[in-house]
Amino acid sequence: MKIITCIKQVPGSTQVEIDPVTGNLVRDGKNAKMNPYDLFALEAAFEIKERTNHCEVHALTMGPFSATDVLRNAIYMGADKGSLVTDRRFAGADVLATAYTLSQTIQKIGHYDIVICGKQTTDGDTAQVGPEIAEFLGIPHVPYVKEIVEIKEHSIIVTSAYDFYDEKIEVAFPCLITIEKDGNVPRLPSYRRKRKYQDLKLDILSLKDFHDQDPGNYGLSGSPTQVEEIFPPQKTKDSIRIEGSGKELGEAIYQILKENRYV
Amino acid sequence: MAYIKVNQDKITKEVAEKLIKICPFGAFDYENDYLSINAACRICKLCVNKGPVGACEFIDDVREKIDKTLFSGVTVFIEQHQNKAHPVSWELVGKAKELAAINGEPVLAVIIGDDVEHIAQEALTYGVDRVHVYQDEHYRDFNVERYTNVLEHFFQTQQNNVFLYGGTPMGRSFAPKVAARLKTGLTADCTALEMTDERDLLQIRPAFGGNIMAKIHTPNTRPQMATVRYKMFNKPEKQAPTGKIIWEDTSTLSKKTTISILDHYNKPKVTDISDAEVIIAVGRAFKKEKDLELIEPLRKKLNAEVGCTRPLIENGWFDPKKQIGLSGRTVKPKLIINLGISGAVQFIEGMKDSELIISVNRDPNNKLFDISHYAIVGDVYDVLPELNRLIDQIIGGKNEVS
Repeated sequence: MKIITCIKQVPGSTQVEIDPVTGNLVRDGKNAKMNPYDLFALEAAFEIKERTNHCEVHALTMGPFSATDVLRNAIYMGADKGSLVTDRRFAGADVLATAYTLSQTIQKIGHYDIVICGKQTTDGDTAQVGPEIAEFLGIPHVPYVKEIVEIKEHSIIVTSAYDFYDEKIEVAFPCLITIEKDGNVPRLPSYRRKRKYQDLKLDILSLKDFHDQDPGNYGLSGSPTQVEEIFPPQKTKDSIRIEGSGKELGEAIYQILKENRYV
Repeated sequence: MAYIKVNQDKITKEVAEKLIKICPFGAFDYENDYLSINAACRICKLCVNKGPVGACEFIDDVREKIDKTLFSGVTVFIEQHQNKAHPVSWELVGKAKELAAINGEPVLAVIIGDDVEHIAQEALTYGVDRVHVYQDEHYRDFNVERYTNVLEHFFQTQQNNVFLYGGTPMGRSFAPKVAARLKTGLTADCTALEMTDERDLLQIRPAFGGNIMAKIHTPNTRPQMATVRYKMFNKPEKQAPTGKIIWEDTSTLSKKTTISILDHYNKPKVTDISDAEVIIAVGRAFKKEKDLELIEPLRKKLNAEVGCTRPLIENGWFDPKKQIGLSGRTVKPKLIINLGISGAVQFIEGMKDSELIISVNRDPNNKLFDISHYAIVGDVYDVLPELNRLIDQIIGGKNEVS
């Protein structure tokens, strides 16, 4: 059995601001980490590996060369292999172009039974890339998996969490699942694995490795959506500011609640 | 392909340093007097627009432009579960009517299910012009493969301009599958939608996970698609129906699937903060879980629901259903009291339409203050005990019944 897990490197902090003077995006690019949702995706892969014989977990990420950090982390946690797909021609990719790039990479890696993604990322917050990869691969997807119930020879049974109900679903291989946050308890990278695998060679792929090598299908060119403008959120409301001691402020809140007939 | 070209003859050490500073994504590498762009580039064009003149240049594609007048109709996917429509669908119909009116497009609705005529009738009362119903016993439960075939068929036959979906768990799983099938764009969790007179849908949402809004468009692909969270827009008034129901033939559509639902469990009903009238929202200023007891007197007095920010969910202090924000629940209560919340944009977007907003935070520059009716500059650990004392007085005293 082979599992491909898609992970992403995201900024360490989500605080992005616009410099009021220059109008430039100010972003702390130095601190990067693995998308926290992907930890659950990796753990789900390791869980399946532990419950089956001969299972390989292959971590995959798309991004600049520095994103190999998250691949190494995945390997220290328990992944067997890691691949980075990187190319300047992937720059400016939206959800569709990103999903297409990853699907081309997954086809190149080949012979997979399950693709596992985190539910969403903390920087894009769209939760769309997983289902789009599945469509490009021509395989079904099951979202929000919170429990792996049973792994059969040709299918897997999982429980998915929706708003007001859960569903127990059986889906045949190959398939893609996205893992709900807190669906499991992710393990930490192991020191032993780190010592053992710190020189493990990672696969580096780019456009030239793909079946579809038309640069028009990748990056900004392959992206149907484009960002027309970025701007700071509106400040519309008139705000009454109240300062003072804890006692004065407590009384002020009490008065506001009283005026509005809440107390 | 579209890309940023670096004009090396304009690059000096000084210019390179300037550009490296401007780029928010760290996409420039300067080595051996050569400035190159790596895969971290997002083509945000800041280097072109704000950098030294002529150093960077945006080279665009020359592509055949589509004829935008060939696509017409703002379509809402009406989500149903166990033959009940999700209320977000009607909110989207309200928005669709506004968007469609700008260029005189029709408002369309698609319903997929079994025994859903009552939902189609309901759609007409909200002012939909044409309700397309795909009714089949195979469509009783949501199945992403079958439902995608349906929307593909709908677009092929209707050539609609826009698809709107509720940003529910179902919509967020379904819409991307359709987007990839139709090879078109999809913007998640839009907080505002606008229509230009050239039929371009402007999709506005927080971007880069931070305190920035992005206006996104889909310049050369149709349909234009967006998901919108529940309670983001208002439900329209009911009216006398003027539209019609169209029963689609489902016999030719593939029902093949490798997914089967083995079991279905309704979760025990928990009070949903989305429907709460009064909410106390707590944030990271609370240092220990036990300190949350400080809000108890106020909560009891106001009969409030308690919501929280993402870090508190990560601490495991609350059920994820209690999270307010775009990655949690959108709320629109009559009163919300924010205690010790720093105000990330994703939180603000999830509660900014509340009728009365009171925020307590010791940071005078707190972003949440900008959208609050009352900005209380103080530490929750100082303010709450005083407020509790006043509340305890009335509870203990004669005002209890009034």
